[in-house]
Amino acid sequence: MKHDPGNCKEVFALLSEYLDLELPPEACQEIERHIAGCSPCEEFVESLRKTVALCRSYQPKEMPAPLSAEARHQLEAAWRNMIASRSSAT
Amino acid sequence: MDKQRETELAAALLRGEPGAFDRFVEYFRAKVFGYSYLMCGQREDAEEVAQETLLKAFENFDQLHNPEHVRAWIFRVAKNACLMKRRKSVFAPEREISLEELMPASRQDGAGRRIEIADWSRLPDQEVLNSELRDALDRAIQELPESYRSVVILRDLEELSTEETANILELSTDVVKTRLHRGRMAIRQKLDSYLSATQKNTAPLAARES
Repeated sequence: MKHDPGNCKEVFALLSEYLDLELPPEACQEIERHIAGCSPCEEFVESLRKTVALCRSYQPKEMPAPLSAEARHQLEAAWRNMIASRSSAT
Repeated sequence: MDKQRETELAAALLRGEPGAFDRFVEYFRAKVFGYSYLMCGQREDAEEVAQETLLKAFENFDQLHNPEHVRAWIFRVAKNACLMKRRKSVFAPEREISLEELMPASRQDGAGRRIEIADWSRLPDQEVLNSELRDALDRAIQELPESYRSVVILRDLEELSTEETANILELSTDVVKTRLHRGRMAIRQKLDSYLSATQKNTAPLAARES
């Protein structure tokens, strides 16, 4: 299949669902057929696939400050209450 | 931590096992902080959201019927805590981005039609991101309109399913898919600009590490 901007636009609209395996098999096959014959789309799919891979390996730069003793105490009290109410319910 | 270990941790917390509390707090506090920092852009707000989320989670743990869903459940609480802050993101204004804006420019030459994009083949999948690329990715995520950013964070950074994301954000799965796609396309476009600029230098990306 020759590169046709019209077809490519339709393909572009479905690429995330294609990469996420969320398309019905027929639509998936149609996209694969188009990509196989269209090097610009093939190149573009690769760039989108790598974008998703980079997002999945994202590590935040910012981390929270250490938990203060007061904040920890507040959370622990809520957790202990939760455990106590669960054991009294059983 | 993978999903199975998260499930085991949530189950241990529910059983009241010693040690589970600190591990749970440390792990989910960092996750919720990361989400809310990317959503609201304020360190102070993000720390408050993390604390309020964990507090609410412990107070309502009975609502978590299945420990397997702990990550989605925590993010649902976090999303509500973020909304309670009622602050608009400091990063990007809310706006719709059309698919056309996100498609690459193309041109016709002797060999046929070509799209104008960077050389992505030089970028390995699992690259330990060099600091410039990492900054470019950070900026690309932060500059997304808020409605796309929330979906991208939950689907791609937190790897929640389309259904879980739809449930957390109270959207239909179709809206989640549309926003995820446009969000990814917008990040791709920003990274593409970054790669095009860096590839003007001839050294491969890996060689410019550190």
